[in-house]
Amino acid sequence: MSTLVFVEHHDGELQKDSLGVLGKAVQLGDEVSVLVAGSDVEQLALQAGAFGAQHIYIADDPALEAPLPQPRVDVLAKLVQEEGFEAVLFAATVLTADVAAGLSARLDAGLNWDLVDLDQQDGKLVGKRPALDDTVYVDVGWTSEPRLALIRTGTFDPPTKEGTGQAQISKVDVSLEDFSTQATMIEQAHEESEGPSIEDAEVIVAGGRGLGGPENFALVEELAKALGGAVAATRAVVDAGWYPYAAQVGQTGKTVAPRLYVAVGISGAIQHKVGMQGSNVIVAINKDPNAPIFEYADLGVVGDLHEIVPKLTELVNAKNAAHFPRS
Amino acid sequence: MKIAVCVKAVPEQARRIDPGTKRLDRSGEPTLNPFDANAVEEALQLKGDDGGSEVVLVSLGPARTLEALRKALAMGADRVVLVSDDAAAGSDLVATSYALAKGLEREQPDLVLFGQQANDSDGAVLWAAVADRLRRPLISQVAELTLADGSVRGKRQTEFGYDVIQAPLPAVVAVSDAINEPRYPSLKGIMGAKKKPQETVVLSDLGVEAERVGEAGSRTEVYALNDPPPRGETVRIEDDGTGAEKVVEFLLERKAL
Repeated sequence: MSTLVFVEHHDGELQKDSLGVLGKAVQLGDEVSVLVAGSDVEQLALQAGAFGAQHIYIADDPALEAPLPQPRVDVLAKLVQEEGFEAVLFAATVLTADVAAGLSARLDAGLNWDLVDLDQQDGKLVGKRPALDDTVYVDVGWTSEPRLALIRTGTFDPPTKEGTGQAQISKVDVSLEDFSTQATMIEQAHEESEGPSIEDAEVIVAGGRGLGGPENFALVEELAKALGGAVAATRAVVDAGWYPYAAQVGQTGKTVAPRLYVAVGISGAIQHKVGMQGSNVIVAINKDPNAPIFEYADLGVVGDLHEIVPKLTELVNAKNAAHFPRS
Repeated sequence: MKIAVCVKAVPEQARRIDPGTKRLDRSGEPTLNPFDANAVEEALQLKGDDGGSEVVLVSLGPARTLEALRKALAMGADRVVLVSDDAAAGSDLVATSYALAKGLEREQPDLVLFGQQANDSDGAVLWAAVADRLRRPLISQVAELTLADGSVRGKRQTEFGYDVIQAPLPAVVAVSDAINEPRYPSLKGIMGAKKKPQETVVLSDLGVEAERVGEAGSRTEVYALNDPPPRGETVRIEDDGTGAEKVVEFLLERKAL
């Protein structure tokens, strides 16, 4: 099978999840090509050879500098049609979800998303997709080519880099549709360096929309202090301006794997889950008994966080005082 | 200005996949996809007091979808266009985006709004497919939206922080669920909702060929349903006033304290 992997990059580095998908494609025994699109990305693109790409396509154009999806759809559509790839794989991000879906419409090509595995069964590509809050795993496929797939964040680890590879290099002609260049980037995100570092914390207490308002983050902060941990937040509350982006856990935030993760007022949608499911022990406090987080929390407490969290802080503080009595 | 909000009816309860058809069981009571309420709210805010502006709900689904969309009418949307046709059942992204784009082309809106995702299929991609079919600029995951001088400007979160993207109208915008707090329908709104125009069109009205939708028009399929991989035991308790104590006991037991 001939596969094209769309390799995303940021700040002069190839994105880890994209390389993970590349590694998986190579492992499936495919003839694997990659596309790197951007402005002044030639040297960067060549690095993909070391991760197993046999053919590297480079779309290098100032019009591709901003990470916007529609120009990338144009480039991919042309390349896929010319080269006849049977599958096009993407590591899911904010950018690639839009690219893959746009390409699906442009080529009338089937797209399966949120896949956590890929396999060949009887020569056919089969994806595994968790559904209904990950309570069912669905085997999905495609009825025609090209087959488009978005792979869930953090699914495949990047392969080990080997030498420089011996990939064939091709420059891709960039010609864009009128409507594809109408959306323009006014201000592009930069890595936020301000705020607490949560990636190395042993204990994390995270707050979500169930807190009811930014003022209630104090409850989370006090519990985190008692447990000697860091404070984290969900995308919803960061977007709402209750807490800084640097503390966000999930798909568009940090991926963490602490010894203990306490989720307060967090429903635990999949975008959050992918950022913290590697935690050793997960405790969830939420008033909604149907919250997805209860499907994967080691201990779930259904109740009012305003009652439970202060009491919990008090109990932990009392334990700490008993262990470390003031002399 | 005409704003079209693409909305979906989702099953309110008992979300399950029918092992026979391998499709989502939609026999339960339909309700407005909660993420779409944010898009409806944003449309109503953009419309404001402008009597010349209109908010049109556009949906694809079975006839009973109308019941679920009444909530959005009660919030203040002006009318509904429901594309409903038995041939469209089981449509995937390719087929759905095609039929929906045809419905939108008929309305010629200045702005097309989508919610962040469907809470039944967890799909969060439809807008990009529709934008491509309509050949219009796209801004997705928008947490702050402003409209000025015939352009939309959206602030949105990515893996690296916040982008600000601008596009001229007509455009397609997908909003995040953090963009606003959807209003509750007023009693007057609820009473008036039933009387608002609710039009149902079939595929042939839109010039959509039957083979472009449903299973025939879809390019993906489902082979099998499996149990999720086993994970450690999960314990769920109701707080009866001793919830905090039980958490501490649990943490001590798991040596996490």
